[in-house]
Amino acid sequence: MSNKKHYKITVNGKDEEFLAEPRELLIYTLRERLNITGPHIGCETSHCGACTVTIDGKSVKACTMFVAQADGKDITTIEGIGGPDDLHPLQNAFKEHHGLQCGYCTPGMITRATKLLEENPNPTEEDIRFGMAGNICRCTGYQNIVKSIQAAAAEMNAAQSSSSEVVGHKSVEAAE
Amino acid sequence: MIPAAFEYYRPKDMAGVLSILEEHGDDARVMAGGHSLIPMMKLRMADVPHLIDLQDVGGMSDVSIGSDSIRIGALVTQHDIIDNDALAAAAPILREAALQIADPQVRYMGTVGGNVANGDPGNDMPGLMQCLGATFTVVGADGERDIPARDFYEAAYMTAREDDEVLTAVTIPMPHGGYAYEKQKRKIGDYATAAAAAQIVKGGTTCASASIAMTNLSDTPVFSEAAGAALVGTSVDDAAIKAAIAAMLGDIDPTEDNRGPVAFKKHVAGVILRRAIERAWSRA
Repeated sequence: MSNKKHYKITVNGKDEEFLAEPRELLIYTLRERLNITGPHIGCETSHCGACTVTIDGKSVKACTMFVAQADGKDITTIEGIGGPDDLHPLQNAFKEHHGLQCGYCTPGMITRATKLLEENPNPTEEDIRFGMAGNICRCTGYQNIVKSIQAAAAEMNAAQSSSSEVVGHKSVEAAE
Repeated sequence: MIPAAFEYYRPKDMAGVLSILEEHGDDARVMAGGHSLIPMMKLRMADVPHLIDLQDVGGMSDVSIGSDSIRIGALVTQHDIIDNDALAAAAPILREAALQIADPQVRYMGTVGGNVANGDPGNDMPGLMQCLGATFTVVGADGERDIPARDFYEAAYMTAREDDEVLTAVTIPMPHGGYAYEKQKRKIGDYATAAAAAQIVKGGTTCASASIAMTNLSDTPVFSEAAGAALVGTSVDDAAIKAAIAAMLGDIDPTEDNRGPVAFKKHVAGVILRRAIERAWSRA
């Protein structure tokens, strides 16, 4: 029995249209149908978070959503966060602070961390550990993941404040 | 990992939901956040030939805080509960408990309605809602009816909701006094080995009223009226807490699983209830 339906999702800014069975888990849509293989599968019980993507502003485990539920949604995966020549501060910080080893949890980790820092730009170590608790890692022991996220937060906040200084400066000029 | 095939529906209103439920009977089920149902479908432990996704049904995503009660739409997520400062001011036990449920990703999706309607004794909100004396509103072909949380749970996955009814809202009488949700678990995201919800009102130096409910220590949540009664009129001293724990132990009926044998669970239940009472009293 096949009951394929027409679905349309936006992934990393690109519209994708295809026929699929409603039961197809979004992680398979991304990986097998759209060849977006950064998000991974580490379990079948919704614990590991290796499949984490961002959907309409929420960190979601793509193994626990049917493609039918995702129809019409805007999805961001690790591939949409930055590329080799244009690393996101989190990607750069994971590299610089050894926040990964085998790399299997990393796409989900970084994708989740983007949302964490968006909601809480100045997280404490405890905030980071709790905010990342839906993502399991077997290699790092988490310590360097925490450091990576702290470093990325510091860099992003510095960039934010310098850009607002520029804005402030400009507004002063405009007032003059 | 691979769920069986199903027909998928995403109706725009409750009338659409009810007509699908009526047409397909036991073969149809509603889904909110999907974070209990989809895992069960992936393990082929739930067979759902007709799956009704509630995400487009309006009117179930609001929290309204009145002067004497709080109404939470069934589709309000755990993340929404935590993120809502006005709600946390009115009923802080909700945020305290929601932060102990699952993990960030699951909390973005998992809903209050799904948590209370699921019927798994491992869920935290059922005991919490019994502690708070909440009422669940369900709607079916014959209209709406309200079911007290304390009467809702019959056995594991068996509730007072009929198959053709949908749980639409949870209404909580405005809580007063001190509160605590204490949960012992093996790790983040685990269901409780034992958890206790306590809401205690102080009158002068003694306890004026106390409400106690326990999580995952029977095949349903357990509202322990006797445990609360043991505290009323006391100064919530050691003797009163011991009496409350003894009363609670008479009401629970844990079973052995990977979280431990029965004797251990009873021990943990006592420890957790003591912590919940002490913290709720300190906040009363």
